[in-house]
Amino acid sequence: MSNNYLTDGYTLRSWFFTIDHKRIAILYFASLIFLFLIGGAAATMIRIELVTPQADLVSSDTYNRLFTMHGIIMVWFFLIPSIPNTLGNFIVPLMIGARDLAFPRLNLASWYLFMLGAAITLYAIFMGGIDTGWTLYTPFSTLYSNSYVAVAAAGIFVAGFSSILTGLNFIVTIHKLRAPGLTWYKLPLFIWSLYATSIILVLATPVLAITLVLLAAERIFGVGVFDPRIGGDPLLFQHLFWFYSHPAVYIMILPGMGVVNELITCYSRKKIFGYKFVAWASLAIAAAGFLVWGHHMFVSGQSLIASLVFSFMSFVVAVPSAIKVFNWTATLHKGTLRFDAPMLYALGFIGLFTMGGLTGLFLACLAFDVYATDTYFVVAHFHYIMVGGMVTAYFGGLHYWWPKITGRMYSDYWARAAAILIFLGFNLTFFPQFILGVEGMPRRYHVYPPEFQVWNALSSGGATILAAAYLLPVFYLGYSLFFGARAPANPWGATGLEWQTSSPPPKLNFDKQPVVTSPPYDYEHAPEPQNA
Amino acid sequence: MPEPDEIAAHLSSSEQRDEILELGMWTFLSTEVLLFGGLILTYMVYRHADPQSFAEAGRQTRIVIGTINTAVLLTSSFCVAAAIQAGESGAAKAVRGLLAAAIVLGLIFLGLKGVEYLGEYRDHLVPGIDFEQSGSHAQGIRLFFMFYFVATGLHAVHLLCGVIVLAIFLRCAFQVARNARYLAGLRTAGLYWHFVDVVWIFLYALIYLPGRSG
Amino acid sequence: MISWRPSNGLIACWAALMALLALTVTLAYQPLGTFNFVVALCIALIKTTLVMTVFMELGERPGLVRVFAAAGFFWLMILLWLGLMDFVTRA
Repeated sequence: MSNNYLTDGYTLRSWFFTIDHKRIAILYFASLIFLFLIGGAAATMIRIELVTPQADLVSSDTYNRLFTMHGIIMVWFFLIPSIPNTLGNFIVPLMIGARDLAFPRLNLASWYLFMLGAAITLYAIFMGGIDTGWTLYTPFSTLYSNSYVAVAAAGIFVAGFSSILTGLNFIVTIHKLRAPGLTWYKLPLFIWSLYATSIILVLATPVLAITLVLLAAERIFGVGVFDPRIGGDPLLFQHLFWFYSHPAVYIMILPGMGVVNELITCYSRKKIFGYKFVAWASLAIAAAGFLVWGHHMFVSGQSLIASLVFSFMSFVVAVPSAIKVFNWTATLHKGTLRFDAPMLYALGFIGLFTMGGLTGLFLACLAFDVYATDTYFVVAHFHYIMVGGMVTAYFGGLHYWWPKITGRMYSDYWARAAAILIFLGFNLTFFPQFILGVEGMPRRYHVYPPEFQVWNALSSGGATILAAAYLLPVFYLGYSLFFGARAPANPWGATGLEWQTSSPPPKLNFDKQPVVTSPPYDYEHAPEPQNA
Repeated sequence: MPEPDEIAAHLSSSEQRDEILELGMWTFLSTEVLLFGGLILTYMVYRHADPQSFAEAGRQTRIVIGTINTAVLLTSSFCVAAAIQAGESGAAKAVRGLLAAAIVLGLIFLGLKGVEYLGEYRDHLVPGIDFEQSGSHAQGIRLFFMFYFVATGLHAVHLLCGVIVLAIFLRCAFQVARNARYLAGLRTAGLYWHFVDVVWIFLYALIYLPGRSG
Repeated sequence: MISWRPSNGLIACWAALMALLALTVTLAYQPLGTFNFVVALCIALIKTTLVMTVFMELGERPGLVRVFAAAGFFWLMILLWLGLMDFVTRA
């Protein structure tokens, strides 16, 4: 095998002191698998406990710590870094014809900060955890909780800087390191999506940072700005927290949408329908996403006028997402469809994201939300988007770029089987939760009335299938690393600069600086796929 | 004779390097705006809730030290901006002198801040540490001073980092006539320093000026 | 060899900042009611504009840099405006 980024040095030092964006992507990838398993373990225990209406597996206090651990790890230590720091880090410079990101050493610093944040948070969790929910609401978290709140806040704070540096790196890279001829409207939409994501990373995360500082100060010194006993307002915490955490959900989903653009076009062998609409919709989602955070606070005591404004804006923010769904569907129309595993993931994304998104609109209605808030309806809604949408897109992107990253082909049969099993397991797990929510089962409870058991049991059954389905790729992708066929430069016949270089790419990405003259998704002139 | 300007392997020109440094620093400064922004929201919320208490609390701040400190920081910004101009002319000695002046002014600021904090501790104005205020405004005063200590403390940390960065550039100032990379870096550091100054301009208006006309 | 000195623009900017500082302190002691706050913020804004335009050289930089500089402040306005909306409109 010719010299590539994987063969360029085999020592530990060459990996842990690398400034190669491709190696850093792999460092992230490995860390995220580990963290996903921990978050998944918490989910497993939750679903096992919920099979029966009584509390038989864990105490109330332990249950609180389990769902908090699940939320914190999955949000900050899996979903937020997932696509940007693995696929984004690896693919962005390749896709724009650059040799690396703008600030390679900052990129490595990002990973070390991430690992430090994870270590601190895991320390808090394994010392006994925290019981406040991932939302850390005051005054419980600051004044009453008997758990490692300040430590967990510190871990999340550190990880936040990792996010900020990543966003900064992407923004500057996309502005300044594009190949000659690669104008903004020739960029693949994955880049537009990551640019939009980076805007949110950079502008929202600092507010989380200062909120955590204030939270820790109140916790450690016993006096602060959220304590109602001294005239503080707990709602101030909620405003500050959700100012970040709502845009954070767009940090989580925009990269997934970006991946889906690439998959839908490649496996329909057609250019995207309405390129400019999709591009600007990404930016619109990022911008409008900052204007809706109060929809998490409809029943908190927020003023009615504020609730009305936030409700209205929540409807507005759905529009660019809907535009994307329509445009993907229109792209499929009269395309030459191929149902490889990445395509199955992309199609699954469109369906599941649409369901999650529409149920979000239900929740945006004040009258409905009064009943549905803090029930399983909300839980189902966000899992449809985060898991049905985002994790699905992550798997899709992983399968799509796997030959490029590793230089190996995997078994498409097993990949498609896993994709279908994931889709089925996912729906069985989370659809019953919509019903549970409408019937009134509150979230974060492990004891429930017996009439809810049927749906809970179905959900837990689905979770078993889902867990098995998520483990399948470990086997066939792992197998491919050692025994898979060597991948050609462009196995899928895709457009995009990353496919113009070898699989895996050389250390500095391209032997010769590419120059771009064709429009994006130029599938009329693309080579044929090599695995037909 | 000027040394060739070394550029990192992944970049294509020194212009590109200068541009990414500039954009990168402005992006970072935007994050800082939002970081302090959360504190500003806190201030606005509680000032709106109880303006009388905030006025009373504002009167208890030490406006003389605060005003001197503002003048000190504004002058240090002038020194840094002048140092960059000197750098463009290759006047290494002027660069060194102005950077040293900026550092000294920064340290004076921090010293005066320390004196101020000590005074506030003695006046029982530090929430959580022997805080003792009586009267109907006590709660509001406590909220004001929570904001005060977190905001000025955070600002002081940023200032200290700025001082360290300037000290590093002072150490390497001999490179200025020979190395375009030095000047690009100094400009970037200068942006950070000026920004710390801007934050203080706003904190000064919010902290030291309320209630003075009461 | 001509010894270097700072440009007039820089010195004028510094002098203006000092004058504005004196102004803001003086006005703080005048009984202007609720306008005291507005005045203090306006003067702070003017000082900031001076620092950003002259010291940070935004006056001479390309449009993209100015957009980046403005973005943070624009987003801060969103945080403050929408954030305060709740507190200000409570019954």
